[in-house]
Amino acid sequence: MTPALEIISLTKIYKNGTHALKGIDLQVKEGDFFALLGPNGAGKSTVIGILCSLINKTSGVVRINNIDIEKDFQVAKSFLGVVPQEFNFNVFETPWQILINQAGYYGIPKELAKQRAEKYLSQMGLWSKRDERTRELSGGMKRRLMIARSLVHEPRVLILDEPTAGVDIEIRHSMWAFLKQINAEGTTIILTTHYLEEAENLCRNIAIIDQGYLVENTSMRTLLRQVPMEIFVLDLEHPIDQAPLDLNIKMTLVDNYTLEVELPETQNINYLYKELSNRGIYVRSMRNKSNRLEQRFMTLVDQKNYT
Amino acid sequence: MTAKEQLVAFFTIVNKEFTRFLRIWQQTILPPVITTFLYFVIFGNLIGPRIGLMDGFDYIDFIVPGIILMQVITSSYANVVSSFFGAKFQNSIEEILVSPTPNYVILLGYMMGGVARGIIVGLIVTVVSLLFSDLKIHNPGVLMSVVILTSVLFSLGGFTNAVFAKSFDDVSIVPTFVLTPLTYLGGIFYSINLLPNFWQNISMGNPILYMINAFRFGFLGISDISLWISYLIVLIFIITLFTINLSLLHRGYGIRT
Repeated sequence: MTPALEIISLTKIYKNGTHALKGIDLQVKEGDFFALLGPNGAGKSTVIGILCSLINKTSGVVRINNIDIEKDFQVAKSFLGVVPQEFNFNVFETPWQILINQAGYYGIPKELAKQRAEKYLSQMGLWSKRDERTRELSGGMKRRLMIARSLVHEPRVLILDEPTAGVDIEIRHSMWAFLKQINAEGTTIILTTHYLEEAENLCRNIAIIDQGYLVENTSMRTLLRQVPMEIFVLDLEHPIDQAPLDLNIKMTLVDNYTLEVELPETQNINYLYKELSNRGIYVRSMRNKSNRLEQRFMTLVDQKNYT
Repeated sequence: MTAKEQLVAFFTIVNKEFTRFLRIWQQTILPPVITTFLYFVIFGNLIGPRIGLMDGFDYIDFIVPGIILMQVITSSYANVVSSFFGAKFQNSIEEILVSPTPNYVILLGYMMGGVARGIIVGLIVTVVSLLFSDLKIHNPGVLMSVVILTSVLFSLGGFTNAVFAKSFDDVSIVPTFVLTPLTYLGGIFYSINLLPNFWQNISMGNPILYMINAFRFGFLGISDISLWISYLIVLIFIITLFTINLSLLHRGYGIRT
């Protein structure tokens, strides 16, 4: 199967000497939901900028649906939809005008453009706002407008650069549902986000970039299996004065009703419950202290000795 | 993109530009009308009769073509420079840059937006001039071709300015310090035959002089300069600016990192 995106030895050195990308190799399968993660300044936005031709690469090859962006940029661009991190529309235009114009830039005839604009503005819950100036829209509406705009030419590959930044939980969940839906319909999605829970929930495969290097590129399942230890926070039914000391598991009593347990990846959680019950300690509820992906992410980007 | 798709993209840009300058007509259409009105009142009605004839014509009839063309020049230039720089400033230019629209379509689209505003302002100002002068048209073909070519040229000039501009100050520097002086010294208010030889020769280096004289020929049938030299000069400038702009777009100067 032709990869939706193929990046070979991609480098970028900015005029000020910043070496943003130091030879990235990456493949994204067609139909994938792919997370591209990394700390601030890691090079994620540079990769995205190069993909959508807003940044010129220094060297390397980028192919979108097997089309080299340098050799046939028009075809390559027609496959791509981009939702950038920053708002980048004319604030004096209306959502309707923005979508109709965007369709026009892709050569879509007016009648079809109108149908698509109605479809995607409705799906994004913006139909009632179609004739309002975009500067009057809320932050969440502006984000959804950028998603609607990126879909108006129905791209095969959709790149979302932190699409849910600053969006409330309700809208974020509706965006997730929508993205899952268009992914299920065949659109390849590449997502960058700082909400690791978002990446864990949505993405099947993942790449982590740090300091211009690709430090991980694997499936989400494989990555999460690499987490050696999980910390659980247990809310107890009855207060205790001391954490059990005779179990070969590290435990910390946060307060009389809260116990933190570091459970190795190899350890069965039923064993923990059983041993606690035997000691008269009953668990009312349990949660992860931190997201598993977050733990693995922090481990990878903390190494910082890439060569 | 097929030719048909490119045409759709082109008309999208033109339509967007057209909508933009009509939406803000108080800033784009009204000011040149008021300025022209004042020129005609002051230079035409109040001072003109005291000056007498210029090249055998009443002074107001002599200055009408230059004043109309001056508004065409400034409107075409201002439209493209402000629109393209505004799109850069708001990053909304990325909407086009991420699309498959070829660079020459982007350039032609913005240029046509400037030409449209230049021609609309030119027509309105011509109607205003009818209040002060009995306009006679000597050669309509020359008039139309000069207006179109001039607005094309200055739209392209505005585009170059917008590509290089990094702030709103940069957008106003060229019109203030280059365009306005060249326009005023381009023979709007006088015939260059009035100047000493030295200043006549200096004036020949001013491209706007050729356009104003060609335009005046279209109205009055007189010109200080050969019509064909005027066309040649304008065409050379158009081809040069078009090539420079296209090259800037290909390199992504000022718009890509």
